[in-house]
Amino acid sequence: MLSTNETTLDTLKPGDKAKILKVRVKGSSIRRKLFDMGIVAGSEIQLIRRAPLGDPLEFKIKGYNLSIRKMEARDIFVQVLE
Amino acid sequence: MLEDNNKIKVALAGNPNVGKTTLFNAITGSKQHVGNWPGVTVEKKSGFTKYKGYDIEIVDLPGTYSLTAYSMDEIVSRNFIIEEKPDMVIQIVDASNLERNLYLTTQLMELETKIILALNMCDLATERGDKIYLNKMEEMLATPIVKTVASQEKGINHLLDKVIEERNNDQHHGHEIGYGDEIEEKIFEIEKILANDTEITEKYPLRWMSIRLLEGDENIKDKVNKSSVASKINDVLDSIDQEEYEADIADKRYSTINIIFPQICTRANQVLTKSDMIDRVLTNKYLGIPIFLSLMWGAFELTFAFATPFMDMIEIAFTWLAGMVSTNLQPAWLASLVGDGIIAGVGSVLIFVPNIFILFFLLSLLEGSGYLARAAFIMDRLMYKIGMHGKSFIPMLMGFGCNVPAIMAARSIEDDRDRLITILVVPFVSCGARLPIYILFAGTFFGRQAGTVIFAMYVLGILVAVASAKLFRLTVIKGKPAPFIMELPPYRVPKLKSALIHMWDNGAMYIKKAGTIILLGVTIIWILASFPWGVEYGSESSYVGIIGHLFEPFLRPLGFDWRISVALVFGFVAKEIVVGSIGVLFGVGDNQEALSQSLLADPGITPLNSMSLMVFSLLYMPCVAAMSVIKKETGSWKWTIFAILYGVAVAWIMAFVVYQGGKLLGY
Ligand SMILES: Nc1nc2c(ncn2[C@@H]2O[C@H](COP(=O)(O)OP(=O)(O)O)[C@@H](O)[C@H]2O)c(=O)[nH]1
Ligand SMILES: [Mg+2]
Repeated sequence: MLSTNETTLDTLKPGDKAKILKVRVKGSSIRRKLFDMGIVAGSEIQLIRRAPLGDPLEFKIKGYNLSIRKMEARDIFVQVLE
Repeated sequence: MLEDNNKIKVALAGNPNVGKTTLFNAITGSKQHVGNWPGVTVEKKSGFTKYKGYDIEIVDLPGTYSLTAYSMDEIVSRNFIIEEKPDMVIQIVDASNLERNLYLTTQLMELETKIILALNMCDLATERGDKIYLNKMEEMLATPIVKTVASQEKGINHLLDKVIEERNNDQHHGHEIGYGDEIEEKIFEIEKILANDTEITEKYPLRWMSIRLLEGDENIKDKVNKSSVASKINDVLDSIDQEEYEADIADKRYSTINIIFPQICTRANQVLTKSDMIDRVLTNKYLGIPIFLSLMWGAFELTFAFATPFMDMIEIAFTWLAGMVSTNLQPAWLASLVGDGIIAGVGSVLIFVPNIFILFFLLSLLEGSGYLARAAFIMDRLMYKIGMHGKSFIPMLMGFGCNVPAIMAARSIEDDRDRLITILVVPFVSCGARLPIYILFAGTFFGRQAGTVIFAMYVLGILVAVASAKLFRLTVIKGKPAPFIMELPPYRVPKLKSALIHMWDNGAMYIKKAGTIILLGVTIIWILASFPWGVEYGSESSYVGIIGHLFEPFLRPLGFDWRISVALVFGFVAKEIVVGSIGVLFGVGDNQEALSQSLLADPGITPLNSMSLMVFSLLYMPCVAAMSVIKKETGSWKWTIFAILYGVAVAWIMAFVVYQGGKLLGY
């Protein structure tokens, strides 16, 4: 059931909105921290920008701005919203 | 019992940056530092207020997003609530950021304590056009809610009225979240097992503990593993897919909030906040780094420009004082102790007070504005490459001013290992106190190239810091830097008052140190320089001279004779003493011109010696003040001693390479 606009969080372009499908980040404390910050399945998330050196990334989620590294974003599966 | 009746203990909880400290100060009238940097309140602080005949104690807990034991802060907060059992918890909620704030509320409710929500930053929410339906919110969450604007001290009395009302209200408040049939069944099963252990039942809310166990909370698991029901609990936990449960539980909390949220708040349809617009410039792909560098450069220029006149004044004052003492005090040895020892030593440290004050003032403005979080965001990539965290950048940078506040600034780094590495490498960043050494030796021996040589020293310091960080990551402090999961808070106009408080707190701490440890250090050195009785101060036959000779074989391969060795021993108290003591040892006192001449004339000091000396001075060990903050901030003698030994070893090796290499090349 893999739909075409399914991807990982690090591949979004600035301005793209997506819906989080699954958080597969390794390390339970990091995963829990991400959950705590609102990165849970079903949340809507938008990439605002990449840092000037390309990493980390800045997102808007639940009405606030959150920054995480690409490394973690790579393991977060999302569906891009049109 | 009667006298206890008018005492109320209240804990303040909340996400970072919601105005907790501001509210704490507004209630208790105390002066704590406020900032706009996630995680500024590192330890819990308490204050008191009297209100309508009640003695209310307010405890400001560390700001946390959750209570899941991700960081020390979260453990401190929840242990306080569970173990100290405050009469109630006030959660400060940022009205302009309700969804994420309510996540913590859902967890607090499970701790089975009375809760009041202080809906803070109402001004911002109103300004933005958000609408919050207070009655509906009180009803849905089943907790009392009070609107506040902490920064304008609005709503404080109303909040305190509520505290008293709740105190006298025996009803338990708060709607706990239901996690759905499957999870609830497991919660029930675990609760039943836990109930068999009286020790646990007495101390912990069972439902909360069961949920924590299902979420895989290590801290709670440890507790249960020591109890009588360990094996039964583990049987249950082994039967479930932990990862699945963990995700489901967090999911359920947020989805409950998603259901509640639209009913209590209509958020204005905002396209772009002011903060977003500022960020378009400040963290812009092309402008971000130039702006960052110019801000940092500007901060340093300001620090030195503003500090210089004050430093001159302090220097004049201490010189005058030393002169007064040496002419007027009797007997001569006492005059020498007070003049050469205490006044000169303490003066050479106090001279940095203006720098430290201004540095902290500016830093606090940057922090209060929200820019520091962006600085970490901008620098993280680079820092990560060298095995450090984005948040380590600011302490490293501050190190150029003075290592002491820089080491203290590392407090804002949550991860213990990231912080330790930062603390250990900051001493290699060339602080202001080392500059006079470079100016003297580079100026004397390198003429036109002096500027280049001094610049090279700064670069060398950075390189050694970076290489050391890498080395530590591979050896004593293994692992990767902590993940960068950080809120970028909205920009705010920094509060002058708060910046002044921050400046004062840190400056006072430094002065206090000058009054204690450094005083002790200079006294010891004076004694060593003056005895055995009757020798000339700091001469070859004094204990210092003997120590200099003792160290000489060890320092000879670096090109240092006994006089330089003595100066380096002095430099341990404060690096700025090195130049002064070389002056004494070469018999010219404070006159820089004459000192230059006699250094040039001395066959024992060549350009190569002086290069080696500069390298050694740069690296060899933090001064007494830096060392004492390392001890204080790491809380460990082991790491303090490690820092000293490592510094000396690196300095020795580098100076050896410079000196012996230079000799081989024929210099
Ligand atoms: N507009 C507005 N700003 C506030 C309010 N309360 C606090 N602040 C500001 O928010 C920032 C963070 O406050 P602080 O007390 O340090 O937050 P803490 O991290 O929760 O302790 C400071 O700049 C405060 O001046 C409020 O009600 N309205
Ligand atoms: Mg605070």
